[in-house]
Formats: sequence, structure tokens, C-alpha cells
Amino acid sequence: MMATPKTIAETLDFTATEIMTVAASRLLKNGTVCFVGIGLPSTAANLARLTHAPDVVLIYESGPIGAKPTVLPLSIGDGDLALTADTVVGTPEIFRYWLQGGRIDVGFLGAAQVDRFANINTTVIGPYDAPKVRLPGAGGAPEIASQAKEVFIVLKQSPKAFVAKLPFVTSAGHLDGGDARARAGIPGAGPTAVITDLGILTPDPVTKELTLTGIHPGVTVEQAKAATGWDLTISPELKTTEIPDAGALAALRDLQARTAAAHGQTGGEG
Amino acid sequence: MAKITPLREAVASLVRDGDTVALEGFTHLIPHAAGHEIIRQGRRGLTLVRMTPDLIYDQMIGMGCAAKLIFSWGGNPGVGSLHRFRDAVEQGWPHRLEIEEHSHAGMANAYVAGASNLPFALLRGYTGSDLPKVNPNIRFVECPFTGETLAAIPSVRPDVTVIHAQKADRRGNVLLWGILGVQKEAVLAAKRSIVTVEEVVDDLDAPPNACVLPGWALSAVCPVRGGAFPSYAQGYSERDNRFYKAWDAIARSREEFRAWMQRHVLDTDDFAGFRRVLAESMKEVA
Repeated sequence: MMATPKTIAETLDFTATEIMTVAASRLLKNGTVCFVGIGLPSTAANLARLTHAPDVVLIYESGPIGAKPTVLPLSIGDGDLALTADTVVGTPEIFRYWLQGGRIDVGFLGAAQVDRFANINTTVIGPYDAPKVRLPGAGGAPEIASQAKEVFIVLKQSPKAFVAKLPFVTSAGHLDGGDARARAGIPGAGPTAVITDLGILTPDPVTKELTLTGIHPGVTVEQAKAATGWDLTISPELKTTEIPDAGALAALRDLQARTAAAHGQTGGEG
Repeated sequence: MAKITPLREAVASLVRDGDTVALEGFTHLIPHAAGHEIIRQGRRGLTLVRMTPDLIYDQMIGMGCAAKLIFSWGGNPGVGSLHRFRDAVEQGWPHRLEIEEHSHAGMANAYVAGASNLPFALLRGYTGSDLPKVNPNIRFVECPFTGETLAAIPSVRPDVTVIHAQKADRRGNVLLWGILGVQKEAVLAAKRSIVTVEEVVDDLDAPPNACVLPGWALSAVCPVRGGAFPSYAQGYSERDNRFYKAWDAIARSREEFRAWMQRHVLDTDDFAGFRRVLAESMKEVA
């Protein structure tokens, strides 16, 4: 039997999840105050802190401000977050003074589903009263999505996750597109980038529809289109994502190895 | 004034059928032992309140203690779904569970409003979300000074709040540290309160700004060493991530869940008994 020919990605020495994480981490500039969701956002934000952005301030909704965990937290309230933080405050204070108070530059979120205007669903698949799948719910996301100065979303791209219309809008992206978000009186700029295992989508400046503006090496435009539940517009200035540099990859793998040793599994992918 | 008392007696006298009960804890300091005692004593018709319902609420819902759940995020942190919670919402097993769903900011503010003796909480929240469409308790009001639209939700005022903390002194003053969540607000919002603690000491040795709940503001303080397991108490224990993962398989089927609860909770006398039986059964698995 003949071996299946390798795809380009398989000949590169990093995985799709690794380039997604590294690409997401690069968006976080040094000194940024970032409200971090658990899972992929937390991995990317901590990678940024351990590489190009040592002074990034990581805030978790459980209360730690300026957390510098040595391993990735498995849950949003791991002890390491508290022990390494500049301070730990109560959860009401996190939401009232630090988020609603306007001190967050970037909200870094995951999602179960996004739609073409980067609205987020983490509540239900199917009707709310008779759900096909009951998801965990909103958590901190609705207010993070509206009150952070801007929002990055990181999730894997598939037709089930990238849908034309959501069954439930948990957290507002650009609503119906155009200036709908501003008209609704939502203060922050909303999602400015959606980072996936295939590329980077950014909202069109006018329509706010998510457009493919970046593609990871080894991924084809057809693959990205096939993994999207609407007719994905490809930017005429489509850029190929820079290959993760050896330093970032080594830092990411070290972090995940430390985490696996500490937790008995890779942290925070749940 | 806090009575230092065994957990069984505190639950028997302070938690009643039909009560609104908040067992709070944000990953850290989750009052599992108290949840088990509520299950053992067969409480029914409870309105359970919690920002982050996790394993102990999955157990209470699956055992039929809850009529309603008020919450903002229900999952097994770092693992996935709560299968008993999902079965109750998706299939109505063991019976229909009414849900009232918020965001974390909404819930946190609702506890603050409850502790502040206000009828409702006010926040910038829920804009553009579908949550107000499915939760009639999320409404919008106009600021009388600026005309801005703000979200309003009813205060959370539990009949009983239950939390776990690191230590108490002999007068029942309680000290907690690390990730605090909404525990202080949840206790002060409630009519009655139970605090399980790792240990009772002569002197709390707390700095002036530490999070101390005065004994006179609490109903009962119950020493339960390791009472947050599989959650943790900073300075005393580590989170047992292995159990959180194991729970996924235990809770997946109704039959296995019921058998597990029978053996580990209903057939044990207290939390120490539960820990002994669990150690045996984890060995059988390993």
C-alpha cells in the first residue's frame, strides 16, 4: 500500500495548534493589560509573557491581577495564579473596578462558535428551551467582549464552529455588522482578530464581516473556505503567517511540558 | 454569633427544603463536604445559586436536590461538560431543572447588591447578548442623571450561604485567603451561613486588611479538614486534577452516577468516610 503523500503542514516542524497559539501570542504587545480566558487564550497570553511581552499584565476573572503562572492553569482559579500575582482581589472587584472601570486593553477569549460578525456563542446549540447541546454558558465573556478596548478570539476553524448565524448570541461581536455595535452603545472596539488553526480573520473596516487576512503556511485558501459556514471573503492583501521562530516554539513546548508534569495532562484545553 | 458545631448539625438546623442556597467558591475553597451533607440529608426543592457550578452542583442536581439553578458558567473546569447538569437541562433527568442564567459580572454584582441590602444590582452589561431574551430577570433602566441605559438584575439573597475557608479562631472569626471569588459577598447577602474550615486555631494571626468574616456575622463554623476536596485550600492542599478528570466518566451514565453516589456519599457517614471509600475505589481503578 502506498503511503499517503504528506501535506505541506506535515512537512513543517510545528503543529496547527502550535502556529495558532504562537500567532495569537504575537498579537499581544508588551505592556498590554489583558483579561484572559482559560484554555487557548491563557496559553497564548502566557506564551507572550514568556517571550516578546514580559511586561504584559494578565488578569483572570477569579481575581488574580498580574498573574505570572509557572505552569498553565487547568482552571481559572488555580493556586499558582494567586501565588504569582501582583495582587488578588475578589471577583466583584475584578468586574466592577478593573473591567467596567475601563482598565482592560485586550479581552482574550475562546468560543464554541462564532458567526460572520464575530459574535460569540457559548450557551446552547439548538433552541434555548430544548437544547441539543447545553454548553457551559457566558462566564465573564459578555462584559469582557463589550468593555475591553478590543477583543481577540482564538478557536479552531470548522464549519460547525464558524457559522453564518448563531443559534444564540452569548457575547456581542459586531452584531449585524456595519456600525451596529456602536449604535447599540457598546463601548469597546469589539473583536479585531480571530486567530484559528488555519489563519487569521479580521473584520472588514466597513461591513465588519470576518475576512481571511492571514493564512498559515501549508494551508490553502480552499481549506479555509471549506472550514467556514459562510462564503468567506479572502482579502486581496492575504498574508502568509510568519513561521513560528525557534525561540517561541521552544518556550511553548517547555511551558506545555512543565504543565503536563504538574497536572498530568496538557493544561487548559478544556 | 457563630456556633462551632459539627457539619451534620449545622446542615440539619440551617438548610431547609425549598431554600435558596448558595455554595460558593471560585475553583478554590469549594464547599464539597457541605454539599455532600446536604445530599445525605436528602434536601429537596432547593434553588441553587452559584457563579460557577461544578462537580458538587452536578452531584446535587443529579441526586434530585435542586428545583432551580441560578448561575453564570456551568462546567468541569479544564475537563468539559457537567453531564448531570446537562442531562437535567437536556432530558429533564431526574426531573426538570429550571435555570436562570446570567453573566459573571451580573452574578457578582447581584451578590454585592444582596450584601448591600439593595433590591437590585446595576451594571453596564448584557448589551447585544441574547441572555436578556431568555431571562426576564435581566432588565434595562435609564440613569436618572445621564440618561444612559444600564442593566438591572435582582439581588441574590440566599436563605443560606455555605463556603469553605482556611481557618477560624475559637470565637468563630473566619480567615480566608488566595482566590476569594464572591464568598464574602455571598455570606453577607444571606440570612444564614455555614463556613467549613480546615482548622480551628487560638489566633488567626491575620494582618489588618485580611479577608476576615467576623464570627458574629456567621451562623455556624464547622471544622472539616480537607472539606474542599477535590477543590483545594491554599496553604493546606492542592487541587486534585485527577478527580476532576475521573468525574467525567463517573457522571456520564445515570446508572454509574447513582451507584457511585450510593457507595461514596449516601453509604458514608461523613466527609472523612467519603475520602476513605474514595481512596479504595481510586485504587481499584488504578
